[in-house]
Amino acid sequence: MKWIERQRAFMDYTLSSLWRRKLRNLALLMVYTLVIFLLSSVIFFTDALRKEAAAVLEAGPEMIVQRTVGGRHSLIPVAYAERIERIRGASSVRPRLWGYYYHQASRTNYTILVPETFSGPDDTVQTGGGVLRTWGALWDGRMYFRTHDGNSLFLLPTSAMSDGADLVTADLILMSEPTFRKISGVPEGHATDLVVRVRNERERPTVAEKIVRELPDTRPILREEIARTYAAIFDWRAGYVVVLLGSAVLAFFIFAWDKATGLSAEEKTEIGILKGIGWDTSDVLMMKFWEGAVVSVSAFALGAITGYVHVYFASASLFEHALKGWSILYPKFTLRPQVSAYQLAVLFFLTVVPYTLLTVVPTWKVAVTDPDAVMRR
Amino acid sequence: MIINPAIIALVGGSLLITAFALYALATALRILRHWDIRSGSEGQLALERKTYLISTIFAYLLGFELFSLFLFVFTAEHMHGLFVGAMCAAGSLGVNDYGYPTLILKTVTFMFCGVWVIVNHTDNRCSDYPLIRPKYRLLILLTVLMGLGTFLQTGYFAGLRADVITSCCGTLFSGDTESIAAGIAGLPAGATRIAFYLTVILTLRVGIHVLVTGRGAGAFGLLAGMTTVVSLIALISFIAPYYYELPTHHCPFCLLQEDYNYIGYPLYLSLFTAGVTGAGTGVLGLLKGPPSLEAVIPSLQRRLCLFSMAGFAIFTLMATWPMVFGDFVLGS
Repeated sequence: MKWIERQRAFMDYTLSSLWRRKLRNLALLMVYTLVIFLLSSVIFFTDALRKEAAAVLEAGPEMIVQRTVGGRHSLIPVAYAERIERIRGASSVRPRLWGYYYHQASRTNYTILVPETFSGPDDTVQTGGGVLRTWGALWDGRMYFRTHDGNSLFLLPTSAMSDGADLVTADLILMSEPTFRKISGVPEGHATDLVVRVRNERERPTVAEKIVRELPDTRPILREEIARTYAAIFDWRAGYVVVLLGSAVLAFFIFAWDKATGLSAEEKTEIGILKGIGWDTSDVLMMKFWEGAVVSVSAFALGAITGYVHVYFASASLFEHALKGWSILYPKFTLRPQVSAYQLAVLFFLTVVPYTLLTVVPTWKVAVTDPDAVMRR
Repeated sequence: MIINPAIIALVGGSLLITAFALYALATALRILRHWDIRSGSEGQLALERKTYLISTIFAYLLGFELFSLFLFVFTAEHMHGLFVGAMCAAGSLGVNDYGYPTLILKTVTFMFCGVWVIVNHTDNRCSDYPLIRPKYRLLILLTVLMGLGTFLQTGYFAGLRADVITSCCGTLFSGDTESIAAGIAGLPAGATRIAFYLTVILTLRVGIHVLVTGRGAGAFGLLAGMTTVVSLIALISFIAPYYYELPTHHCPFCLLQEDYNYIGYPLYLSLFTAGVTGAGTGVLGLLKGPPSLEAVIPSLQRRLCLFSMAGFAIFTLMATWPMVFGDFVLGS
């Protein structure tokens, strides 16, 4: 109990002393908050993207088989599907048709896809959340498409897909198979790639190996591989942005060091008087510890909260392009807000730990000053 | 090499911690060379002031070491998706030869750091610095441990390549492989349980003896160290399966996850506290010195012993909880 009372007294003194020099401390607090804001934005944003990508992939196919010609992705004959189906372990094979469509009026690339079951008639399409917003003018309520051989095609947009949080559906246009072939020029008997379902997770690598042996010009890609690659990419990007921000963080640490070293005459006198009236060196150190803790905790809370707002309510407008890294034409999307203890721990270790260590030596120098040396001045 | 914010934080933080430990060590060696408590010279006064700096630095380092230990496990957990076959931290740490040594060394460093802070605290309570030589010599070992930890950790992260095939916790901690960890997992749960409860009861009994008579601190320290090790073995062997409610799941890291309500944190924290304060009680019992030291040790020792006993008691209660109140029963 006595210990707690003692700490409370220190805390009380520290807060009032901080408040007495509010302008000076405010400058430090602001820069500290800014540094934590920048780093927390990067960490929150990449983690949210990572989770989003993982969620998207979860619904995706377990294995995709592409055909490569000359090292490049090429159309795959539908007949390949039958040969893969014969491999034990592969439960179903489905040819998939998808591609990109460049719309000149909006200067945007859209993803066009034939879903497993398309309910509407051939002259209709289903659009994702961002499509109609960016498409531009409609012709009598219909969207104008240019087919691969230069003819025009008018298609009626029916239902829009639910907006949701999905990154993928934003630029997606769903259509029937004949319409797709007309627009894209993918000939009958060919597909973009094949989707293979393998029920047993552990058999997937074996099935992939068998496919390559059976069809040497194909390339099977497992869902786990894609997920791993995305995770690695987002981690890597966040790492590099943190490295780039390193110089700013370093500048802050130098600033903090300087601030802790260069005490004003008034502060020195204060320490001198404290020691004169009986404070011990360890008491001054304890007071300084509380001072650092108050500043760090306030800056950490402020920085993390503003970072949170920046990422989840303002779509991380500062880092969006560096971290997302794909088409900047992507319509806006909001991420699902989530903060984990892990992110906060990383942030703490990146900022508060170095700050605390770097201010130890200057703080100690202040704490051991002789009272008479200060007061005589 | 994989780069992400957590790895930058851990590697950068460890380098900084080691740098400060080296700085403190250099200061300590200077103090050792010129120390003369009977002198009232300017130089001696300056040295006495420097002792405050070293104490402060190591008090912070102790906190940061513990923090970095958990962050290290957390990061390994976070990265498991990058490696084929790794299902949690257990798999990520097994990706190269540096993972587990880093973890063990970090734990050992934290324990030593804790004991050092206890010795230092005792020394500071006396006016004539009776322990200054042994405690600053111990700093050499501590700094070497920290430096080695930094080296191993950097080696671990530098050697990471995404996609390396590793064994997941299912194979690493399942009974039929030959590793030490699997050996622990394969220990008969019944016998381990008896050993665990016996050591805990024995430690608590000796602790009561220390509290009442003030003697037997050395034995208590030894027992506390042993109980910590036995508890860790028990954790893998049967405590973890009770929390997972799965007889084949022995992983000591998944306990730290949200799925199990972060139960690992109070478990490990209580165990580490018990271990460090228990070892501290024993070390204080071994110290011989002038009357000033003899005057402060008994009360400190009692308090440390009490902390240690409380830590073991809390750990044991938490370990017993799912056995008594859960539906899951582990056959022996």
